[in-house]
Amino acid sequence: MMPYVWAFVVGGAICVVGQILFDVVKLTPAHTMSLLVVTGAVLDAVGWYDPLVDFAGAGATVPITSFGNALVHGALTELQEVGWIGVITGIFSVTSAGVSAAIVFSFLAALVVKPKG
Amino acid sequence: MAVKSAGRGTKSYKPVSMSSKEYQAFAKAREPARSVWTNCLKAFLVGGLICAIGQGVQQFFMSAFDMSAREAGNPTVAIMILLSVILTSLGVYDKIAQWAGAGSAVPVTGFANSMASAAIEHRSEGLVLGVGANMFKLAGSVIVFGVVASFVVGIIYWIFGIGAWHDTSG
Repeated sequence: MMPYVWAFVVGGAICVVGQILFDVVKLTPAHTMSLLVVTGAVLDAVGWYDPLVDFAGAGATVPITSFGNALVHGALTELQEVGWIGVITGIFSVTSAGVSAAIVFSFLAALVVKPKG
Repeated sequence: MAVKSAGRGTKSYKPVSMSSKEYQAFAKAREPARSVWTNCLKAFLVGGLICAIGQGVQQFFMSAFDMSAREAGNPTVAIMILLSVILTSLGVYDKIAQWAGAGSAVPVTGFANSMASAAIEHRSEGLVLGVGANMFKLAGSVIVFGVVASFVVGIIYWIFGIGAWHDTSG
């Protein structure tokens, strides 16, 4: 049961940060999401995001911050294995699942669904 | 009567002569009051719930395919995206989003929702110019800034040595 509680609490807390950026700092959704992704990338760069994933599970992997984390993971893993060119070739290696799934499913949805209004 | 309407006439001109600073104060005073606390509570509840559902999917991958928590992260995200696109297609996700604010926007499901709704909305403009060109209208900035940030991080580690980075095998 505890993994679900921590996923709920940590995931919810990250969403509250987003809500504060919306309401208090008055950022647009696009600015907020971009900021959160960059935050995730920086947190992984200093080595704090993986411990958070171990602790909170989906509470850390489902919010958009994990996208930045996964991009850095891809770039640095490939950098370690093949050298400097890996920074470019590796960026999408981990996020392929998320981005590809979003493109394919959205495209299929557009074929099937009629827009409302 | 005539005097009265003339008086009203001059009065109605007043907002036009406002400076933009005055106008902003005027508009701000008339903005509907939104409680930041209520919004944050809603965001916490819905965001937390989405992550708890994600945890359920992750537990499934961990037990069914014998994956570690980090390995299960990727397929979990893919399933969450599929669920989000289905809910977007049914028109349910946008209803949740109106109530939940950042609670439904910050999880990766919100990222998928922005892509799916843009794709559906612009379908009438054609597959290439409509669906293809508009799908990343909102999601594009996330990808651009994520990739640029990761590139900068990668270059910094390349210059100062990858050895300092934490274990990637996890």
